[in-house]
Amino acid sequence: MRVLAFAALVSWICAGSAVGFEIEEQVIYPVQSPSETLRIISTADRSAFEPLINAFQADYPTISVEYTITGTSDLMKAIQDEGAVFDLAISSAMDLQTKLANDGFAQSYGAADVSELPEWASWRDQLFAFTQEPAVMVVSDAHFPQGDAPRTRAALIATLRENPDRFQGLVGTYDVRRSGFGYLMATQDSRNSEAFWRLMEVMGRLDAKLYCCSGEMIQDVASGKLALAYNVLGSYAAAQQQLLDGFHIIELEDYVSVMLRTALIPSNAENIDPARQFIDFLLRLNQRPDLVAASGLPAIDSDRFQNNTALRPVRFGPGLLVFLDQMRRSRFLSNWQSSLVQE
Amino acid sequence: MKRHGSIRRRLFFQLAGVAALLSLAFFVVVRGVAESAAEATQDNILAASAIAIADSLRSENGDVFLELPYSAISMLGSVGEDRVFYRVSTIEKTLTGYADLPPPATALVAGDPVFATHDYRGDTVRSVYVLRPVGAAATSRDVIVTVAQTRDGLAATSQRITATATGVGVLFFLLATALSLWAASTALAPIERMTSAVTRRGPKDLRPVTAETPAELVPLVEALNSFMGRLRASLSQTENFIAEAAHRVRTPLATVRTQAEVTHRKLQKPEHRQAMREMIRAIDESSRSAGQMLDHAMVTFRADSLAQDDLDLRTLLSETCSRLEPTAELKDITILHNLPTMPVPFTGDGILLQAALLNILDNAIKYSPDDSIIQASIALDDTICLSITDQGRGFGDADLSKVTRRYNRGSNVGNIVGSGLGLTIADEVARAHGGRLAIAPNTEGVGVCVSLHLPR
Repeated sequence: MRVLAFAALVSWICAGSAVGFEIEEQVIYPVQSPSETLRIISTADRSAFEPLINAFQADYPTISVEYTITGTSDLMKAIQDEGAVFDLAISSAMDLQTKLANDGFAQSYGAADVSELPEWASWRDQLFAFTQEPAVMVVSDAHFPQGDAPRTRAALIATLRENPDRFQGLVGTYDVRRSGFGYLMATQDSRNSEAFWRLMEVMGRLDAKLYCCSGEMIQDVASGKLALAYNVLGSYAAAQQQLLDGFHIIELEDYVSVMLRTALIPSNAENIDPARQFIDFLLRLNQRPDLVAASGLPAIDSDRFQNNTALRPVRFGPGLLVFLDQMRRSRFLSNWQSSLVQE
Repeated sequence: MKRHGSIRRRLFFQLAGVAALLSLAFFVVVRGVAESAAEATQDNILAASAIAIADSLRSENGDVFLELPYSAISMLGSVGEDRVFYRVSTIEKTLTGYADLPPPATALVAGDPVFATHDYRGDTVRSVYVLRPVGAAATSRDVIVTVAQTRDGLAATSQRITATATGVGVLFFLLATALSLWAASTALAPIERMTSAVTRRGPKDLRPVTAETPAELVPLVEALNSFMGRLRASLSQTENFIAEAAHRVRTPLATVRTQAEVTHRKLQKPEHRQAMREMIRAIDESSRSAGQMLDHAMVTFRADSLAQDDLDLRTLLSETCSRLEPTAELKDITILHNLPTMPVPFTGDGILLQAALLNILDNAIKYSPDDSIIQASIALDDTICLSITDQGRGFGDADLSKVTRRYNRGSNVGNIVGSGLGLTIADEVARAHGGRLAIAPNTEGVGVCVSLHLPR
């Protein structure tokens, strides 16, 4: 039986209201005879997650869903500092999710069926990854004819360095001070390759434009305002490609960091059973190509890592805590700033 | 004999108990050693992490700075999925990390890691503290690096070790138990060997035991041998006594009877001759009673150690009949033989069987009227049945089950003398051979049929 879930836009709550964390949007998906309410706090857009919630409610027609959208840092703040009660926290910020789990804000779900998933896709029976989203480079068709774009970071550095006039003001990347995903990818890059800092220096010299979000960057590349954007969320780029022309996506060949979107059950969750059912549902996402297509969220697929050895999943574990260290973070940001902003 | 436990069982349980104790000790030791090894491993990794962090501390303009080394923290995730906490602090304040991580309980010495186990954020954690002075000697400040890790991985390792140690311990115990079973059997094998050597002996074999004897059993066997020696002596004494008594009683009686007959012939007066006949008759009865009493004593004695002669019952019966034929002829009694054509083999004590048949037949002759017929027959069905059937007066209305008791006689014996031992002897012989004595009225008219049933 398919229960029609109609979305009701409840409220836009601005910063500075009753709660200390910023809620972008809150949507309620009611059902006809609700037995339980599943409260999800998430960083994923409504357009991406709505198909998943509708499909979940088709399987569990008595669970109504309250979907709260917020940013990655606000999600962290809500769970860690304010003790807000949610049954499920879904975030693209692996490092912050890892810190929540490490610091005791997540509860274990030992019975989750992770047998189909690679071992790097879960941690401590508390963090469960259900998407794999590579950080890609997006290049403009106007500036790089198909096949002309550099395929490695070394080639990218060389290209930018040799043609400063051609790329002046035409490169973009995340402002890691504002974007959790940008920061995670930048820190992973700094760990993976010394070339990262050189790339930042070169981009800084070209007056790189800094963005908060993948969407804007992709739009600017598509419109030709940017020649290339570095470290763009691959899933958004692929989704935008359905709607926009004028750019193509390049997975660099030296390595590609792959971010995992994760779900955890906060330790103060009240409706644990529906939260567990939702996690099981998310872990089966790779069996639902229709949902992958509808949501634009690429499911965990270990075959892709077999076929493309450049892909590296960001590993769960205490290593992810290192760049969240206050001193290390301010050190990293000041290095980044002096490389890229160069004021 | 009072049974008091089993040596084999006691030996087995004692050995198995020792094995269980050893298995337990093995388990405890292995588990202890392995767990302390696992703990030492965790401590080493923690110390390495803390020292790596301490090594990257530096001082800039009097302030302490730290660029948390990636490997120092990520190495803690290499073993399991344990939670990790750290704190870098001076005496006054926390520089970075988890400010609520408890400080060390004891004073620290630079470069000497100190470990502690305590609870933190709902889990038991293992902490290491490293003290490192940072900065130039004059302005140096002591910085404490604390690294803590939960012990889930350790618990998993410990569980694995416990499972392995349990498995090996149980296996060891089972093996040791099987071996103790074997050892108990082996240790008791000489006893079984001697038991079978003694039980294999014939009933009259009272020779000393000479089988190989383990040192521990020598006193027992010596005591047994000395006991058997005394038994042998006592038995031969009894045998001698019976033979002596038979001889001593029978021979003078025979002499007295001969003298009495001679005297009888010499006497002229009818009243004297009558008295002498009475005397001869009394002597006959005494002689017969003495014979029967000796027979009975012999039966009692021989039944305890029954001889195993290979006999032919047909021959035995016909010989017995021949021996009593003269007595029968005195009363004009005909003994009919109704015997099978083939020999009837039987293993038993020939002397006893003959005594039994003599007594039955003698009874039959004694109680039969003159000029009658006695039938001796052998029938073979599920038992071997030796029957003597007479045409006498029977037992009247006496209880047939009681006439085989010692000194019990039929109710209608009238003037015929008898000891009441004849059927008792026959009955005891039958029992000694695993058979029985059956007494039934003669189916062809008056008289009684006494049958000796023997197993085939």
